[in-house]
Amino acid sequence: MASTTIPEAPAENGTPGPGRARRARPRGRPKLSRAALPYILLAPAILLELLVHIIPMIVGIVMSFLKLTQFHIRHWTSAPGAGFDNYRLAVDFDGPIGRQLLDSFWVTVMFTVLVVGISWFLGMAGAILMQGAFRGRGILRALFLVPYALPVYTGVITFGFMFQRDTGLVNHVLVDQLHLMSDRPFWLIGGNSFWAMVVTAVWRTWPFAFLCLMAALQNIPRDVYEAAALDGAGVWQQIRRITLPMAAPVNRVVVLVLFLWTFNDFNTPYVLFGKSAPEEADLISIHIYQNSFVTWNFGTGSAMSVLLLLFLMAVTAVYLAFVRRKEKSDA
Amino acid sequence: MLEPHWFRWVRRVGLTFLTVFAMVPVYVMVTSALKPLPDVQDGFRWWPSRVTFQPFVDIWDTVPLADYFVNSLIVSTAATVCSVTIAVFAAYTISRHSFRGRRVFSVTVLSTQMFPGILFLLPLFLLFVNIGNATGVELYGSRLGLIVTYLTFSLPFAIWMLVGYFDSIPRDLDEAALVDGNGPIGALLRVVVPAASPGIVAVAVYAFMTAWGEVLFASVMTDESTRTLAVGLQGYSTQNNVYWNQVMAASLVVSVPVVAGFLFLQRYLVAGLTAGAVK
Repeated sequence: MASTTIPEAPAENGTPGPGRARRARPRGRPKLSRAALPYILLAPAILLELLVHIIPMIVGIVMSFLKLTQFHIRHWTSAPGAGFDNYRLAVDFDGPIGRQLLDSFWVTVMFTVLVVGISWFLGMAGAILMQGAFRGRGILRALFLVPYALPVYTGVITFGFMFQRDTGLVNHVLVDQLHLMSDRPFWLIGGNSFWAMVVTAVWRTWPFAFLCLMAALQNIPRDVYEAAALDGAGVWQQIRRITLPMAAPVNRVVVLVLFLWTFNDFNTPYVLFGKSAPEEADLISIHIYQNSFVTWNFGTGSAMSVLLLLFLMAVTAVYLAFVRRKEKSDA
Repeated sequence: MLEPHWFRWVRRVGLTFLTVFAMVPVYVMVTSALKPLPDVQDGFRWWPSRVTFQPFVDIWDTVPLADYFVNSLIVSTAATVCSVTIAVFAAYTISRHSFRGRRVFSVTVLSTQMFPGILFLLPLFLLFVNIGNATGVELYGSRLGLIVTYLTFSLPFAIWMLVGYFDSIPRDLDEAALVDGNGPIGALLRVVVPAASPGIVAVAVYAFMTAWGEVLFASVMTDESTRTLAVGLQGYSTQNNVYWNQVMAASLVVSVPVVAGFLFLQRYLVAGLTAGAVK
């Protein structure tokens, strides 16, 4: 039971235990209602998931095969079919639309690798450093969680202010106080915008990793460390041989969740840059948003969304398969 | 961990760095909100030249912040109440019953978490418009539409976390309640829910934060009268003259309720994550 991936978690008690056998005893209620009860209790959840997630997803897939521009939006069911035209347009990397999509994809990949990597590292470092009792621990933990607790847009707006060329904190420190540069650089347009976005995203992502990993590390019994220390293991050895392996199950979940959130991140660029992000910071979500709502090309936008979903599913599947194999070889 | 002396210095340095990183934007938010306008327009300074509370007065007039606030409050509260209620029933069912489709349901609900929001934004927009045309129930541009959307955002995680909580409550408790003549619902409400209240509180906090902070759907699904804070706050910064002190004051006012609630209830959330993820 040491390892749990998200999709497996609820299924774990699926094995009939003693409690289940006892509960199956008839209670003098009509059989039908007992069998129907689970479905009745689940019905609201199922209906809402259907309405907001499942049906729109199917509609989205249908839309990606339609020629759907502003002329057809009111009666989108009667829009002419487009076959694979939208997809062809999206993956034609010689054409302008495909070219831009590919650029946006690579920007997103870079962004995701950096943000997930750094956030995980900071979260893990924070969790390790917060082990053991010392004064001010509770206060520090609360402070670290503030970026996660703040509504996304207020945190990102504040970063937007800090990255202002003439009135922001960043240039004030770099140029006025440390004299590292002679000119005030722009942070929200051009190449620097990518790094501004990475810093902002890391700031609000790492506390989540910290929160989960700290919960995981608290479950490691103290005597394991004591035994290791008696055997002469130093701090680094203890982290490598005890902390990291015992946190591995949580790590696997955290990294996957961070990956999906970061790759789909819309809020950070949208609040930082507005509706059209600079090319260098054009994350895939904002790219599709702009293709759909600014240029009113819903068909192509849907095709891009479907491609994005397929990519995420493929990565997740490979990741889960990899994790399973590793779990088996570890066991 | 047993630590030598030098590790204490690593800890001090590391934790100082993390504290500065986490807190600098908060510091900027708080001090800038207390600055007069010239202080934020003529270059950054660490200390206000003089402290003023005027921005906290002005924010309500520059944009209709109070309306946005009310909209966000209604939407987030309703979404939270509905999400938690639905999640309690669903999680109880998954935890206590075996039925056909149980695994399919769990996997489907959780995998909706990985869908890019942008994928179902357009179709949902069209669906809401069409439902409005067909039945007269206005979902697009209305608070109801946002409530329905937001509650499904927090639902998967809420169900998943509550299943973990319910699993940790001994079945003997509901057995006893059933023997006492309660139905399954009675057993749930009288015994299981009270025993799982920390988990339910944690899920409620999560659901509220999700709804309060959502930007993408709010930017498309609302109109002037139903606009929430997530979109409304950008009203300060899209105008020609950006009143940064007011933007920061408004951000602060908007953040304080959620941050306070979160910090007050965070140990429940930690406990819930521990129960859910670290089994």
